[in-house]
Amino acid sequence: MTGFFKRLPEAVVRVGIVFLLFITTVSFARWMIPASLKNGREHRTATVKRETAKAIHYAGADACTECHKEINAVKTEGYHRNLSCETCHGAAKNHAEDPDVKARTDKIREACTRCHMYDPSRPTGFPQINPVVHNPRKQCVECHKPHSPKPPHVPQECQACHGQIARTKEVSPHVDLPCTTCHTVDVQHKVSPREVRAQIPSDRSFCAKCHSIDSPVKETQKVDIKTHGEKYLCWQCHYPHEPELHSYGTKTLP
Amino acid sequence: MHTAAHAMLFLLPQTTGYIFPNEAEMPWSLLIVVYPYLTGLVAGAFILASLVKVFNVKELQPVYRLSLLTALAFLLIAPLPLLLHLGHPERSYEIFLTPNLTSAMAMFGFVYAWYLMVVLLLEIWFTYRRELIVWSQGERTVMKVVYRVLSLFSVDTSEESAAFDRKAIKVITIVGIPSAFLLHGYVGFIFGSVKANPWWSSVLMPIVFLFSAIVSGIALVTFLYMVLTTLRRERINMACLDKMASFLFYAVILDFSLEFLDFIHRLYESEESIKILSELVMNRLFFSLGVIQVLLGMFVPLGIMVLIRVLRLDEELRKLLYFVAVILIQLGIFATRWNVVIGGQMFSKSFRGLMEYKAKIGGMDGFLMTLVLLVLPFIVLTVLIKVLPPWDRPESVAR
Amino acid sequence: MERRRFLKKSLTLLAEAGVLGGIATAAKTARAEPKGYDPSKHRYGMGIQIDKCIGCGKCVEACKEENNVPRDVAHFRTWVERYVIEQDGGVVVERVDPGSSGSHEPIPNENTVRTFFVPKLCNQCDNPPCVQVCPVGATFKTEDGVILVDADRCIGCRYCIQACPYGARYLNPLTDTADKCTFCYHRITKGLLPACVEVCPTQARIFGDIDSPASPLARFRRMNKLHVLKPSLNTEPKVQYADLDGEVR
Repeated sequence: MTGFFKRLPEAVVRVGIVFLLFITTVSFARWMIPASLKNGREHRTATVKRETAKAIHYAGADACTECHKEINAVKTEGYHRNLSCETCHGAAKNHAEDPDVKARTDKIREACTRCHMYDPSRPTGFPQINPVVHNPRKQCVECHKPHSPKPPHVPQECQACHGQIARTKEVSPHVDLPCTTCHTVDVQHKVSPREVRAQIPSDRSFCAKCHSIDSPVKETQKVDIKTHGEKYLCWQCHYPHEPELHSYGTKTLP
Repeated sequence: MHTAAHAMLFLLPQTTGYIFPNEAEMPWSLLIVVYPYLTGLVAGAFILASLVKVFNVKELQPVYRLSLLTALAFLLIAPLPLLLHLGHPERSYEIFLTPNLTSAMAMFGFVYAWYLMVVLLLEIWFTYRRELIVWSQGERTVMKVVYRVLSLFSVDTSEESAAFDRKAIKVITIVGIPSAFLLHGYVGFIFGSVKANPWWSSVLMPIVFLFSAIVSGIALVTFLYMVLTTLRRERINMACLDKMASFLFYAVILDFSLEFLDFIHRLYESEESIKILSELVMNRLFFSLGVIQVLLGMFVPLGIMVLIRVLRLDEELRKLLYFVAVILIQLGIFATRWNVVIGGQMFSKSFRGLMEYKAKIGGMDGFLMTLVLLVLPFIVLTVLIKVLPPWDRPESVAR
Repeated sequence: MERRRFLKKSLTLLAEAGVLGGIATAAKTARAEPKGYDPSKHRYGMGIQIDKCIGCGKCVEACKEENNVPRDVAHFRTWVERYVIEQDGGVVVERVDPGSSGSHEPIPNENTVRTFFVPKLCNQCDNPPCVQVCPVGATFKTEDGVILVDADRCIGCRYCIQACPYGARYLNPLTDTADKCTFCYHRITKGLLPACVEVCPTQARIFGDIDSPASPLARFRRMNKLHVLKPSLNTEPKVQYADLDGEVR
C-alpha cells in the first residue's frame, strides 16, 4: 500500500490532498446545514401551511345568507339570483366577522353601468343600455331595485336586451319588420332568457312568402325559390337583420 | 430590481400591438446578456489552448498559457452577473443544496465547480508547477510564500515529474474539451429548451452558442496577444497570429453557417410564430442583428480575412486588419447574445405585440454595471499575468 | 431484583412516552392543510364559458383584493382580454381595464365580424413547464393539482416566468420572488370558491373538482366542446374553455 503511494508522482499527491480537503469542507458544510433547509418535502409542507394561513377577504355567498335571509329570498326570485352578494358589495369578510364594520354599498350609476353599459363585445341578449340616453339624470336604483332588478316597465320591445340587433335592423331593408315577424317567442323568454329561446323560421317557404317570384308583396327583391340556393335555408347565407340590397331594381335575381 | 413604476414609465408607451399584461416588465436584463458572453469567452479560450495540447498545433504554443489565464480570469468573474441579477442572491446556495434535477439552470453549480477545479485550475497548476518551484526560490518574502502556496509545497523538479506533468495536461485537456462544451452548451440549452418562446426554442441553440463562443474566445486571445506583446515591446509571432486567424476564419464560417441554417429553416417551415418573429427582426432587431451581428460581426471580418489570404498582404497590414477584425467580432458576438436574450423578450407570447428594451444607465442591471463587469476580467487577468507570467522570464529559466 | 424490575419498568415507560411523543410531533408536522382537509381527495380545475363573460373585470379586482396583488397594470394573477375580429381577418386584442368602461370608445365597429371577452389566468398545468425549469424546486405541484411558489425558497431567477407560455407569472416587486394565481389555495382548502369565481356576475367561471361526479364543473365538461390554450405545447392545462375562438392565443 505504502509502495503505491511512494510511486505516485509528488504532484498527484499534492493535488489529491487539496481535493480531499475540498471534499471534506463541502461534506462538513452540507452536514452543518439544518435538515429543514435541505429537505424539499418539508419546504413544501411549510409552503402549504403558509398559503392556507393567508387572510381571507371575501366571505362567500353562503356567509351572507346566514344573516340576510330576507334579502336573499328577494334576490333568488329576481334576475340577480346568480350573483354573489360580494359581486356588488365588495369584500365583506370583515363585515361577516364583525357586523358593525359595514360592507360597501355603491348606489351610483357607475356601479350598474359597469356591467350594463352597452359594449359590443358583450354577449347578445345581455341586458345593456346606453347610459347617455337612458335616464341620464336619475340614479339606477331609483327605478331598479338591485336585489330584484325588475325594470319598472316590462320591456315591450326586444331591443331592450337585443339593442345591437335592433340598431342593425334599423338601417337595413328589414327596418319595417317587427322582430315578431320572423321570431316566435314565449313570454317566459323575458324571465329565463337562456333557457327559453326564441324560434327562427325552419324552412325556405317562410322567406318565400315575400321573396318568391310569385309573392304578392311589392317592394321586395325576388328570386325563383325553386332553384335559388336549393338545399340551404335562406339565413344560412343571408343575414336577416342586415340583408344585402342588390341594385338590380326589381329584376329577378339568379 | 425592476419595479412596476419602471415598467409603466419606460416600457408601456413603446409597446405595439397586444402583450400579456405580465410581460410589461422584462424579466432578464443586460446582466443575463453578459453571463453567456463571459462563459463563451471562457470556453473559446480553452478550446484554443486545447488545440495546442491535444491537436498538437505547434504554432499556437506562444498563446497557450495566455489562453488558460484568460479562461480563468473570465471564469472567476462569470458568476457575478448572475448573483447581481437574482432576486435573492443570499439564497443562491440552494442551487447546490437542493437543485431541481429537471432544470437546466440547476446544472450551473456543478458544471461551474467541475470546470473550474477539475479542468482549469488543475491544468494551469500542472502547466506552471515547475516554474512555481523555481520562482519561489528566486523571490523574497511575500511572493516567495505566494509561490510556495501556489505550488502546493511541491519540490520535485525532475524530468520524470515534468513528463508526468505533460501527460496529465494532455489528459486534463481531453477531459476539458467536453467540459468546456458543457460549460457554455448548457447555457444554450437553458434557452433552447424553453418551448414557450419560439425565438429561443431550437435544437441548434446550444450548438450556435458553442460556436459563437469559440469565435469570441479565439478573437479575444488574438486581441490580448497582440496588445500584450506590443506593450512588452516584443515581436509578434506572425506564424502564431496567422494560425489563430486561420482558426478564427473557419470558426466564423461554421458559426455563420449554423445561424444561417437556423434562419433558412425558420423561414422555410413558416410556423405560426414566423409573423411576429419577422416583425421582431425588422422592427426591433434590425440594427443589432442585421448591422452589428451579421454585417459588422461576421461579414466584414470574413471579408477581411479572405482579402488577407487572396492579396497576400504584408505583415504590418495583416496585423492592423486582424486587430480590426477581432474587435468587430467581439462586438458581433456581444450583439449575438443581446439578440438572443433581449430579442427573445421583445415580442409577446400572444404573438401579437412587440416591446422595447429600455437600458438603464445606472442601477444593478444598467449600462455602467455592464461596463464594470466587462472590465473586471481584464483586471483579474492583469493580476494573473503578473503572478503567473505566460512568457519566459529571464530569471525563470529552469536549472 | 426490585431495582432491575424498577429500571425495566421506567425504561419501558420512557420508551412508550418517546414513541407517543414522536407520533404526536409527526402528526403535527404532517398536517399542514386546514383540519379535516385531505388534498389527495381533490383535483381542482376551472371551466370558463366565453359566451357568458361580459368583461366587467370584477374578477380582476377581486383577485387583487384577495391576494394583495400590486394594483398597477404590470402585475396580474388574472386578467381579461377583448378580441375584435374584423371582416378582413385582422384581429385586435386589448386588455380590459376594470372599471374603465365608459372611458374610451370600444374598438368594435361595423367591420367587426366577431367580438368577445376572454378571461385568462394560470392554467395550473398538469405538465407544468414552470415546475420543470425552476433550478431550486421552489415552485411545485400540490397533491390536489395546484401549482404553488415557495416564496421562502425562490431565488428570483425568473426562469419560470420565461418558461410559462401563458404569461401567467410575474415577479412580485415586494418579495422579489415569482408569483402567480394559486386558485386562491387558502380559500379552496376551506371549501370556499376562488375570489374570481365568487364575484363573477354571469357564472362565466366555473370551479370545482375535476373528478367530482356531480358539480357545475362536471356539467360544464359534459355539455361543452372544450379547448385549452396552446394545446400544441402539451402543458395539459386544467383551465378549460368552452366556445373558445381559434384566434385566441
